Amino acid sequence: MSKIVAITGAGAMSECMRQINPDVVPAFPITPSTQVIEDFSQFVADGKVDTEMITVESEHSAMSACIGAAAAGGRVMTATSSAGMALMWEMLHIAASMRQPVVMSLINRALSAPINIHADHSDSMGARDAGWIQLYAENNQEAYDNLIMAPKIAEHMDVRLPIMVCMDGFIISHCVQTMQLEDDNKVKEFIGEFESTYPVLDTQHPATWGALDLQDYYMEHKRAQHMAMKNAKDVIEKVSTEFANIFGRKYELFESYRLDDAERVIIAINSVCGEIKEVIDERREAGDKVGLLKIRSFRPFPYEEIAQALEGVKIVTVLDRSESMGAYGPLFVEIRAALFDEPEKPMVYNRIFGLGGRELFMSDIHDIFEENKTYLETGKVEKRFDYLKVRGG
Amino acid sequence: MKDDIIRIRWHGRGGQGAITAAKIVANAAFASGYEGVVMAPTFGTERRGAPVLTSLKIAKKKIYDLSPITRPDMVIVLDHLLLDEVDVASGAVPGGLVIINSPLGPDAYCFKGARTATADVTSISEAAGLPSGIVNTGIIGAFARASGLIGMEPLSLAIEKEFAGKHPEKNINAALRTYDQTIVGDLLNG
Repeated sequence: MSKIVAITGAGAMSECMRQINPDVVPAFPITPSTQVIEDFSQFVADGKVDTEMITVESEHSAMSACIGAAAAGGRVMTATSSAGMALMWEMLHIAASMRQPVVMSLINRALSAPINIHADHSDSMGARDAGWIQLYAENNQEAYDNLIMAPKIAEHMDVRLPIMVCMDGFIISHCVQTMQLEDDNKVKEFIGEFESTYPVLDTQHPATWGALDLQDYYMEHKRAQHMAMKNAKDVIEKVSTEFANIFGRKYELFESYRLDDAERVIIAINSVCGEIKEVIDERREAGDKVGLLKIRSFRPFPYEEIAQALEGVKIVTVLDRSESMGAYGPLFVEIRAALFDEPEKPMVYNRIFGLGGRELFMSDIHDIFEENKTYLETGKVEKRFDYLKVRGG
Repeated sequence: MKDDIIRIRWHGRGGQGAITAAKIVANAAFASGYEGVVMAPTFGTERRGAPVLTSLKIAKKKIYDLSPITRPDMVIVLDHLLLDEVDVASGAVPGGLVIINSPLGPDAYCFKGARTATADVTSISEAAGLPSGIVNTGIIGAFARASGLIGMEPLSLAIEKEFAGKHPEKNINAALRTYDQTIVGDLLNG
């Protein structure tokens, strides 16, 4: 039965994994994703799922086992964070290139050094070219809903790519929030049975996986991945519509919050968007035409749709919670690319914030809207790139 | 700031269970009809004994602001010795409430513009049969008494659920006894 519960983000992920009941879950615990695996191994021990849980010696092995189990013909899930995913690096690319629809719950956390366990997007943004679909979530509910949709998107025959469902470490993973937990059977029914393609355990139909592929065909295979990722955009929309028809919550490739007549817009990803919405509501009450564009799908990236949504907007502040030293933030780069061909472009600038979990308060978001108001009035972006709340800035 | 959100900041030490306590109250608040519940811990080093804090916000409708509480309506302190290390009442709103696990009465404290409530949760919990130093369920009784926000019934149920298989009755007993022995002081003009 569907019910409202008060639950942590990580708890919502493990509940969703219980409902999906994957064939195999290879995992290695790492803060802050540990609770996902801790809860799920309890479900395995209690016989609430039929999953074969493989406790591996490292994340590299975890992802290797995911690929092996998926190639063998199973529905496979795992969870990790930060350094854990960094150790999977080599295998992330292989999962994508071997077109295994592995589903990962990624709890975003900063990378060392210095050692830091808190939220930023260095892990997933670093992996943006690994060939995984990336969905992001503002809160527990969205992360849970994304995870329900994840196998259906990844396993679609036009896609067959791995997918990571991201949420902010601690801010969401350890935050108790109320959300709608759907009925077990309805979730199972929505996702359907796993359909395997050329499983290695099917000895009647032998197939080769991970073969050598040099100058002759490697490039065609890469292009095929690119095409699959482009297909994923339509599939995400299609699955999201099906999800809305059954569960009543509608998601797009990105969320447009009070964007219709907005002149000044913030574009951001994940948990900070909740605070931004509160600030927008406050400023709208005073007649200030501000809005938010919240990214849900970062890979594939919806360039044309975003350009269209920003039509009429005069200035855009792109907030990045990770950085690419010596370059602009990864989200900013995409947004600028999306807008370049537009006849009337808004002013666009970039702010890096929240690295290693540094908080952004509602007052800080008011400051952003004050700043972009000044930029708009003077017609000049004083600083194209800068940090928010940093010493020596 | 929207004033229909009740902001409760919890201060404890790593390993003391302040986050579990706040989680129990979050669950009880939800069960009592508060549809918006956000309990967001501020994790630091995760070292036992180090000061920790968590932010609990409750409201009748959905809460979007997940940032740590800077202007608390209530502050709950699981160890009175923390007062030497942390400015626990920092940013407290006028007329706010500070609840402390302390062997001393509320008169021993002076938080200007706030009320102070105290209970010797450490001794009461031990008398209730809990191992020495377990105070995170007892303090919930002090919270219920001093705040009047949530009844002991939903709180006891939430404790029972959290501690299923781990002596829930002793934990509930600690909370109930603390509820009876909590002393609430007067508002200090500031």
